[in-house]
Amino acid sequence: MAYDYDKSIRPGKLPHIWCPGCGHGIVMKGLIRAMDTCELDRDNTAIVSGIGCASRLPGYLDACTLHTAHGRAAAFATGVKMAKPEMNVIVCGGDGDGTAIGGNHFIHACRRNIDMTYVIMNNYIYGMTGGQFSPCTPTGDKASTTPYGNPDPIFDISKLAIGAGATFVARTTAFHATQIDKLITEGIKHKGLAVIEVLDDCPTTYGRRNKFRSVVDMMKRLKDISVPVAAASKMTAEQLEGKTLTGILHQEDKPEYTAMYKEVIKRAGGAA
Amino acid sequence: MNHKMIESGNVAAALAVRLAGAEVIAAYPITPQTPLTEKLSQMITRGEMDAEYVAVESEHSALAVCIGAASAGSRSFTATSSNGLLYMSEQLHWAAGARLPMVMCVVNRGVGAPWSVWNDHQDAISQRDAGWIQVFAKDHQEIVDMTLKAFRLAELTHIPVMVNYDGYYLSHTYMPFELPDAADVKAFLPPYEYLHTLDPERPESLNTVTLPDARHDVNGVKRGGYMDIRHNLHEEMRLAMEVWEEIDADFQRRFGRGGAPIFDLYQCDDAEFVVVAMGTLANQFRDVVDRLRHEGIKAGVLSLQMYRPFPSSHIANLLQSAKGVMVFEKGLSYGNQGALFADLKSALYPFPARPTLHNFITGLGGREIRTEDLYQAVKTSCEPGNQSSPEQTDTPQWIGLQL
Ligand SMILES: Cc1ncc(C[n+]2csc(CCOP(=O)(O)OP(=O)(O)O)c2C)c(N)n1
Ligand code: SF4
Repeated sequence: MAYDYDKSIRPGKLPHIWCPGCGHGIVMKGLIRAMDTCELDRDNTAIVSGIGCASRLPGYLDACTLHTAHGRAAAFATGVKMAKPEMNVIVCGGDGDGTAIGGNHFIHACRRNIDMTYVIMNNYIYGMTGGQFSPCTPTGDKASTTPYGNPDPIFDISKLAIGAGATFVARTTAFHATQIDKLITEGIKHKGLAVIEVLDDCPTTYGRRNKFRSVVDMMKRLKDISVPVAAASKMTAEQLEGKTLTGILHQEDKPEYTAMYKEVIKRAGGAA
Repeated sequence: MNHKMIESGNVAAALAVRLAGAEVIAAYPITPQTPLTEKLSQMITRGEMDAEYVAVESEHSALAVCIGAASAGSRSFTATSSNGLLYMSEQLHWAAGARLPMVMCVVNRGVGAPWSVWNDHQDAISQRDAGWIQVFAKDHQEIVDMTLKAFRLAELTHIPVMVNYDGYYLSHTYMPFELPDAADVKAFLPPYEYLHTLDPERPESLNTVTLPDARHDVNGVKRGGYMDIRHNLHEEMRLAMEVWEEIDADFQRRFGRGGAPIFDLYQCDDAEFVVVAMGTLANQFRDVVDRLRHEGIKAGVLSLQMYRPFPSSHIANLLQSAKGVMVFEKGLSYGNQGALFADLKSALYPFPARPTLHNFITGLGGREIRTEDLYQAVKTSCEPGNQSSPEQTDTPQWIGLQL
């Protein structure tokens, strides 16, 4: 029997704006399945995004959604979580929104370890504005602002999140559709800031500039570069050259921010 | 020699920036500005333009890079729209306060929330008090000419200049325009000699903290405090109007275009009723005026090019003898009225005989502006019965609402 996604989609919101072959829809379905698995009460779930094609995702979902300014999703979401700590807070967005204009909010959300799930769709480009390079565009690749190849080194989003203090960090790709919901589920269950980086494809503004003949080629690449963490431990550095680790990359138990904040209020004699 | 071409408004702006010899460009993509900076980055990487392109991670950084570049003595340029301009706000005030000459194109778009990618003027209007000179273009030729003149104005006055043009109406439409010869532009816009710059040969500390009072520097020279510095920015900005006129006169001598740098007039010589508007909206009124003239109503349009500094006396001298003035705006000062309307009203206040004034808000977030609606609005305002009560004359009327 086909999975019932319709009950999670806000009536009248489809068709979506994404191009044929865009990976964002795969991530949206993964998120819906994960929310179902976790049995999240949609009225008690806030899904927050900034701006970009990826950031359009929450608008389609039947939950409490907040579309905010470019790059500011993590900060708005922090406000929501602080005001209503009992709410489930999920942030969705692109690599541009989260690590370029919003990079500061991203690292500080990680540092605080506030209980939210941040699903970041890394399609290596600013899709919405027509394919300018982002901090995740591979060095040497083409974008509309780097028509002869991008000289910049990149951010490894998962490493950045771990370094900044996120207590759950996982990575998968739009090819690994079933792993998306598994990792998001783990992230939602985790107490603290969970980052799920999904390597994604933008055929329209990245693929066509970078010699991918089809979406299938882009998906193949996502498959080929992925190595599960467990398998990687048995591989040599040479074999791992050019590969990307997938699965849960980091998990630890640390005090969660809203809980710690409650403690401070108690200590100061306030009503917790 | 002039080169004729047909291109989009964004490309017109990019070509003007190249002609102006901008040395450092930093920008962040945002609709509808993006094609302008993409064109610049393309010309730079192809070696068709000798400049550095810094693709930054936000608008805030874009203007910060320009501020750094200008502080180090380079001609710098950025461009943005909408929320991008708002995100620059802190740096806008900084660039003006630090008296750094630079030029920015603002491709006007409504601001969020709610999001709109379409055109209005609220982005620029909301930043009118940042200390930047603001000019508005209404066609591609004006984009080119104003951008070139803006660099000269910024460098002569040490005040940054914002060149505004309407998103989509101009940025994405194609129009014919002429591009002056590079050598002629070089003569018009010679390299700029910075008074204060970060130069290892001549070390200086820029933007040191000021005190409420003036004090003497290490050489015993009296230096103004914060208030004096800000006073000078205001005074010199007022003088910028004259400088702009002189620049325009020189431009006209060299390139054959110009003569109306502050505002340009259509059918205003004997006009009893004058419409005031900025940008493409002013063009649209030419049809309205033609129709009204045909019906025997003496109407005209004043298309305002320079908004900051506000040309109070120029505009008031012209309008004080009119019977009625109608100000049409694509933005407003929320809780009061159209910003341009309020400016104009205060400019007319000293005159004993003043025209009746009407304020109209239109086209916010790209709402279609129907020429028929503009015609009806002007025609109704011209009727004698509609010239008296403050209700009718002081409260902005909204055109095209779909409540
Ligand atoms: C302050 C501000 N600056 C710029 C923009 C323009 N803008 C909209 S989306 C976007 C990039 C989005 O890229 P990403 O987050 O990677 O998402 P994608 O579209 O690739 O899914 C930009 C630059 C904006 N909306 N607001
Ligand atoms: S432009 Fe790229 S990111 Fe945006 S919807 Fe199309 S494929 Fe997806």
